[in-house]
Amino acid sequence: MELLTNLGLGFATAITPANLFYCFVGVFLGTLIGVLPGLGPTATIAMLLPVTFTLPPVSALIMLAGIYYGSQYGGSTTSILINVPGEASSVVTTLDGYQMARQGRAGVALTAAAIGSFFAGTVATVLLALFAPPLAEVALRFGPADYFSLMVLGLLASVVLAQGSLLHAVGMVVLGLLLGLVGTDINSGVQRFSFGIPDLADGIGFVVVAMGMFGLAEIIRNLEREEDGTAEVTKITSLLPTREDWKRMVAPILRGTAIGSALGILPGSGSILGAFAAYSIEKKVSKHGAEFGTGAIEGVAAPESANNAGAQTSFIPMLTLGIPSNPVMALMVGAMIIQGIQPGPSVITEQPALFWGIIASMWIGNLFLIVLNLPLIGMWVRIIMIPYHILFPAILVFCGIGVFSLKNTEFDIYLMAVFGLLGYLFTKLDCEPAPMLLAFILGPMMEEYLRRALLLSRGDPLVFITRPISATLLGLALLAIIVSALPALYRKREEVFREE
Amino acid sequence: MPLGNPKDFWTGVIYIAFGSGALIIARDYGFGTARKMGPAFFPAILSIILIVIGIISLARSLIRPGTPVGRFTFKGLLLVTGATLLFGLIVRGAGLIVAMPVLVIVSGYASRRFRWPAAIALALLLTGFCILIFLKGLGIPLPVFGPWFGG
Repeated sequence: MELLTNLGLGFATAITPANLFYCFVGVFLGTLIGVLPGLGPTATIAMLLPVTFTLPPVSALIMLAGIYYGSQYGGSTTSILINVPGEASSVVTTLDGYQMARQGRAGVALTAAAIGSFFAGTVATVLLALFAPPLAEVALRFGPADYFSLMVLGLLASVVLAQGSLLHAVGMVVLGLLLGLVGTDINSGVQRFSFGIPDLADGIGFVVVAMGMFGLAEIIRNLEREEDGTAEVTKITSLLPTREDWKRMVAPILRGTAIGSALGILPGSGSILGAFAAYSIEKKVSKHGAEFGTGAIEGVAAPESANNAGAQTSFIPMLTLGIPSNPVMALMVGAMIIQGIQPGPSVITEQPALFWGIIASMWIGNLFLIVLNLPLIGMWVRIIMIPYHILFPAILVFCGIGVFSLKNTEFDIYLMAVFGLLGYLFTKLDCEPAPMLLAFILGPMMEEYLRRALLLSRGDPLVFITRPISATLLGLALLAIIVSALPALYRKREEVFREE
Repeated sequence: MPLGNPKDFWTGVIYIAFGSGALIIARDYGFGTARKMGPAFFPAILSIILIVIGIISLARSLIRPGTPVGRFTFKGLLLVTGATLLFGLIVRGAGLIVAMPVLVIVSGYASRRFRWPAAIALALLLTGFCILIFLKGLGIPLPVFGPWFGG
């Protein structure tokens, strides 16, 4: 019954006109920046931090939170429409979402993403309300070795989602890890792989790689299809999902929510890992697994649910323990400190209105988002009906300026062009870019966890097997490889027997 | 020996090239020990793995047959990447008013359905739109008229 009192307090706080207003502003802004490739929640929240100083603490955090999970909604829009992931966690949505758009089912894909996100957001909010403290404890048990193994598992699992050769996908993962290491090494100050170019001192930006390998490369591929005569004119078949679609969405949304909620709690890239893991698992588990990569609705519903669930549950360590699980949460901690609130375990007891008010506002925010986004789908779909030879120069313009606006350097534009070339090349060679992007993001983090793990174990590499969590995760990773390689091995054996 | 599988072959080549390059560069960074990882530790291990994968891919290409790579669209590739590079080169010097139409028209030319009137109209429209949103709205430091054109 205490829960009901708390929720009552929370909703009472959240539905004041002022807080409703700030919630709406937050999710609206969030959706907007999610759609715009280039601007992300981290940059936006950082820019708005001074503004929140003048607001009451609850309102400030409600608005900032809205920006964060709102951006997960918007990020899927460009992924589906033009194959450009608006957010890192929307990379996986490009795989099937964009294919659905090419088949005239953009509206269906966008709806699936919105519904999945809403369901996941609501469930995750409930989890937040019920289980915040115990879930945070779980996160605390993870040591650096465990995180490293988790990322290894995540990367290997993401190889499963590759359309082409598994071996090539593993290579792409390693390549992505290496590219992620470009820039200054935090520990030693050494500049790695930067060739003395000052613009590379901070490393390569995610947006540059994403726009190049996904956006530009896809434009070139479409031009190739135009030359081949295989370009299809996008006829919009329907905006709404069919009954069959609805049926197929249910299980992936449930699974995606579960996976996303679980991984979101863990500090790191919870939202991104959740999306990749949800996709890979869905591909293996679903009846329609073979369709993944060619426009399976499950391939949109699962990751989109996962990334929204992850976005909400990533608040848990921050709200309960004061530990930020990603850069956005770190900014939230900053916002709280600006307001004079010390983030930590005492927040729940000392500032119940704040804690429960934020949780209640998340549910309201998800409601706003679905009301905002569903009608917009008609508008988005209209955009891709523009003839492609007019649309793609416009996409190029937005990518060019968008990429420039990150660090105000033309070098990023050159880099984007290079990645466009590489992206095109790799897809011709059956090398899947999506695992590379996950690896690119995880690379620096993995190295850091490896370093810490080895430091703590005094150089003993066996620590990865002696720690129970780490051992379990690595065991799962091994299992994943075996399961993926098994069909190939069976085929080989059949060939051998047939020859005899 | 016939090239059984060009995709595997070229992928192998690229991986070996990247891996070797990274390894050679990383050698200068200091390897460190397992207990105290140096900046080259992780990159070196990764490079070696990449080279191994490249070798496997290469070896596989000589044994198993596969599908050919398929034709490239050199026109599309060159015009799109070229237009982007060009845009980056001239945007600060010439200003958006020149760089953007260049981007739109050079890249647009790659399409078979390119027509000059539509392209010019699109270029002007996009330039105006972007100047409004990105320069006036978001305050991005790009000149409308660059120094080359008396800006």
